Amino acid sequence: MLIRLLRAHLGPYTRPISVLVLLQLIQTIATLYLPTLNADIIDNGVIKGDTTYILQTGGIMLAVTLAQVVCAIGAVYFGARTAMALGRDMRASVFARVQSFSAREVGQFGAPSLITRSTNDVQQVQMLVLMTFTMMISAPIMCVGGIIMALRQDVPLSTLLVAIVPVLGIVIGLIVSRMRPLFRSMQERIDTVNRVLREQITGLRVIRAFVKDTHERRRFDTANEQLTDTAVRVGKLMALMFPLVMMVVNISSVAVMWFGAHRIDSGGMQIGALTAFLSYLMQILMSVMMATFMFMMVPRAEVCAERIQEVLDTETTVLPPLAPVRELRRSGFLELRDAEFRYPGAESAVLRNVSLSARPGETTAIIGSTGSGKTTLLTLIPRLSDATDGSVLVDGVDVRDLDPALLAKTVGLVPQKPYLFTGTVASNLRYGNPDATDEELWAALETAQARDFVSALPEGLDAPIAQGGTNVSGGQRQRLAIARLLVRRPEIYLFDDSFSALDYATDARLRAALSQETADATVVIVAQRVSTIRDADRIIVLDEGHVVGTGTHHELMDSNDTYREIVLSQLTEEEAA
Amino acid sequence: MSNSQEPTAEKPVAAPRRGPAPALGPARMMGGQPTEKSLNFKASGKRVLGLLRPERALMAAVLALAAVSVTLSVIGPKILGHATDLILSGVFGRHVPSGVSQAQAVAALRAKGETKQADLLASMHITPGHGIDFHAVGTVLLWVLAIYVFSGLCGIVQARTANRALNRAVKRLRTDVEEKIGRLPLSYFDQQPRGEVLSRVTNDIDNIGQTLQQTFSQVVASLLTIVGVLTMMFYISWMLALIALISIPASAIVAAKVGKRAQPQFVAQWKTTGKLNAHIEEMYSGHALVKVFGRQEESAELFREQNEKLYASSFKAQFISGLIQPCMMFIGNINYVLVAVVGGLRVASGALSIGDVQAFIQYSRQFSQPLTQVASMANLMQSGVASAERVFELLDAPEQEPDPVEPLRPEILRGEVVFEHVAFRYDVDKPLIEDLSLTAEPGHTVAIVGPTGAGKTTLVNLLMRFYEVTGGRITLDGVDVARMSREELRAGIGMVLQDTWLFGGTIAENIAYGREGATREEVVAAARAAHVDRFVRTLPDGYDTVIDDEGTGVSAGEKQLITIARAFLAEPSILVLDEATSSVDTRTEVLIQRAMATLRSGRTAFVIAHRLSTIRDADTILVMENGAIVEQGTHSELLAASGAYARLYEAQFAQAVAEVD
Repeated sequence: MLIRLLRAHLGPYTRPISVLVLLQLIQTIATLYLPTLNADIIDNGVIKGDTTYILQTGGIMLAVTLAQVVCAIGAVYFGARTAMALGRDMRASVFARVQSFSAREVGQFGAPSLITRSTNDVQQVQMLVLMTFTMMISAPIMCVGGIIMALRQDVPLSTLLVAIVPVLGIVIGLIVSRMRPLFRSMQERIDTVNRVLREQITGLRVIRAFVKDTHERRRFDTANEQLTDTAVRVGKLMALMFPLVMMVVNISSVAVMWFGAHRIDSGGMQIGALTAFLSYLMQILMSVMMATFMFMMVPRAEVCAERIQEVLDTETTVLPPLAPVRELRRSGFLELRDAEFRYPGAESAVLRNVSLSARPGETTAIIGSTGSGKTTLLTLIPRLSDATDGSVLVDGVDVRDLDPALLAKTVGLVPQKPYLFTGTVASNLRYGNPDATDEELWAALETAQARDFVSALPEGLDAPIAQGGTNVSGGQRQRLAIARLLVRRPEIYLFDDSFSALDYATDARLRAALSQETADATVVIVAQRVSTIRDADRIIVLDEGHVVGTGTHHELMDSNDTYREIVLSQLTEEEAA
Repeated sequence: MSNSQEPTAEKPVAAPRRGPAPALGPARMMGGQPTEKSLNFKASGKRVLGLLRPERALMAAVLALAAVSVTLSVIGPKILGHATDLILSGVFGRHVPSGVSQAQAVAALRAKGETKQADLLASMHITPGHGIDFHAVGTVLLWVLAIYVFSGLCGIVQARTANRALNRAVKRLRTDVEEKIGRLPLSYFDQQPRGEVLSRVTNDIDNIGQTLQQTFSQVVASLLTIVGVLTMMFYISWMLALIALISIPASAIVAAKVGKRAQPQFVAQWKTTGKLNAHIEEMYSGHALVKVFGRQEESAELFREQNEKLYASSFKAQFISGLIQPCMMFIGNINYVLVAVVGGLRVASGALSIGDVQAFIQYSRQFSQPLTQVASMANLMQSGVASAERVFELLDAPEQEPDPVEPLRPEILRGEVVFEHVAFRYDVDKPLIEDLSLTAEPGHTVAIVGPTGAGKTTLVNLLMRFYEVTGGRITLDGVDVARMSREELRAGIGMVLQDTWLFGGTIAENIAYGREGATREEVVAAARAAHVDRFVRTLPDGYDTVIDDEGTGVSAGEKQLITIARAFLAEPSILVLDEATSSVDTRTEVLIQRAMATLRSGRTAFVIAHRLSTIRDADTILVMENGAIVEQGTHSELLAASGAYARLYEAQFAQAVAEVD
């Protein structure tokens, strides 16, 4: 997955990457060349007492060092540039993909998960790539180069590497492989402790009301105990890691000295070569260590890459029309013909054979218990989802053939959970109509019964709104969302349970004002409360995805059992009697 | 991330911070976490160290072991250098024929004009005619081996001890925080965003733990190493040591210069990241709106702009901060070259042995590593201390009044609740309730009505002593509740809130929460009384179905039924009920109504009421508006008074009743 994702996104950057690899190669060779030069100083300069040679070689070493730093900086430049560009491109493709999604795909992933995927996950992959480019690429080069250089110094002594490198690899590998499952269980236990704490805080009233403090304390203590237990075990392994690695490295250098001494004694090798060999050994071992740690990081990035790829591999179910209809009578006549909506693979459909029509100047209400498919029905109209069978027509044109911009102009929706964007009251109200005047905004607020509270705010229309609208109450949010739609003035208004957070009195006033404001428009209201929809021109009763009744309140009270049941449940039997 | 969404079902994959610390030092630096500045680093840092006080003995052992381990590992290269000298002596010794003394050989070289070689030879101990003395080399190497192994073992024991002590300290901190949560007044949690508190007790504590784990041992080891290595370097050659020392200010200057340039870039990077993430969050959360309002193009345009900005700023930040690595390496290499050249010259002049130079080179390599490490730890420590400050703030928050030492308790719990001239205010200068008097006879129902946000829950808060009255008193069967223990008081009161709370566990466990040690039969009986038995039986695992607060597979209404069952099981004499307003389907609604009515019978009940039937049947109705009680009486009394209640009734119910009649 990781490789697939990277291959797809690194394609355009082949050139900077090749430059980068070349620079890293030169940089590594330069680094490796230094000990050889040092060996020359010892063997040809020091031992022979040739001061000029020492100074000359020193000069060469300086030049090599300079070359090394220039290449290293170049590598950082191309590495940072490419890795950051990669992150930018991945983010852009995820974002574009998510934008094309329908409500179904968004719901399937969940908005928080999509956010994590576009931000955090991309960042993780990007950081791995950056580290690879700037540090890890040089590890294998260093390892191979180090071995070559060691061989150049002395072949027989290099056979030691055959023993040392695997030993180090095995030591690190053993520790890391034991650590990985522990890491996982540690993460789980951290989550458990955090969950218990989270529950304690969110359920504070209940815990205190039921006097369960001690019970909660026990639960917490167990979780804390278990977490500490695992943390100590992880720590123990970690404690082994560094000293053990150092021990392997140190013992190896002792071995090199011992066998090197024999080689020197037999005249097979010079003393400077021994010092150089020691340096190479260190460099090889360090690169083995780096590579091992790299392998530890990859699984993490792999998970992120999978989650990114999952988004990129998901196709939207709402496809833009091939030959969009750009002209519309725009009277606001809405019709559903045998519309069906079914999740792929689901046994039963959410909506089945739903046919209805809503005319301009009329209010159509939809009522039904939770799970009856009311919200789903509304989402079909602005194409947040597409009907899986049958069709949805606006002014006689199938919405799937309509130009999306035109559809958005014609149909407006206040969703169940009204969402406000960061900004001001005004910027939110103008969301659907950037050119609206302040007077228009106030008029909309008036209708939405929000004028009073907005004018009571010190900044009025310019009062700040936090992300999601969390700094206003649920009822205020609903009213602002209604006002926002009124500013846009679509031909078809869809209200999805948009009055639920309002008290009955405000609800009643709002609907009265609304009916004047939308006198010529088509209005569709979904509601739980009977009082909200009682005056509608037509009430459609949904039950388990079917239309089980259509008519006015009185007609339905007389003829429709489901409707009567709903009404009675809200007023209780004695009141209805 | 600065704006993380709290109840995310899916955890973002953790940043690579739990990795093995030693080798990932530079990696962490590149990760570029925003450095959070602490308010008072010194004082808070001290307090963090104070967390380790109970582990004094272990910490002392850690320091001692670290000292031993570092000393030994520092001596290692010097002795290893001695082995090199022995080898070199052997090489020279072989060239000097046996029978000729060292002095003669030196003189012979001088005669040939090879002054340099003569000096070198003069500085060595050679046995003419013999090659390398393998016995001596072997002995030295065995010593080195022993030193390295012993040093390693000390290192392991030290790290394990530190690990144990630190984990214990973190565990204690967690327990302290958990206990503190139990003692904090509810107002603490109501006054600040829940996510904020949650983040303190979870993320911040995690961060402190990690910081302690990752920095403590290493800072100790690094500092000791720096001292030890410096000592050895001076011991070998002060001249070379001085050369090597130059690299310290050089590194410091480079680090400071690069750091100074990188800092604003990092700030810019995190700012743009924050902006872009916020935009992404909004566009995804408001996905439907963007579509319905046809704003995709604007949104995409803004995204492109900010994504491009992020690219530019993060490139700069990563490039500039990435320069540290090669620059440090450059300084290290220059140092290496200087030591090799100057050392070589000194050896050639006989002032230094070749083994010493070799040892010195190893030292100078060992020297730069802990320096970089300490530098990179600084960032980590900053963020750890900043986290600690937030946790300390919570630990220092004022606690609720402790219960009276000798709490009173009503002799028989009948359920008579009396409010006597009760006054209350959340804010000092905003009186909320003034002079409220009310008597709830045992078995009576008090309905609290009023528009949204009128402060209906305040009364509940006072009765449950989640908040304390600021004037007057509340009595339960004649006893001032303030003089009872909170546990005693609350044990007698059952509560069903609209904001249902279920913890992670089975349905049976959640119901049994109402009473310790309830049997399965009692749980089922309670569920039956709450009309939730049938629903539970439709679930695959019945009462053993695991649910959590997010309540997957259980609707809001069913959750409320479970909490009603919980209250049934608790058999309280007083009830606090909150009727649901919305998002419960009509059939469940009927069940909830019935269950609440059954639960109420024979008990004193305070109901935050929305249903006309509940209100009409109540013995007393309290009408609240703008946080104050404006009317009090029975349904008919209040209707006759034609005040606030009458208006409310007109607006909400009269029409509906007429319509159905």
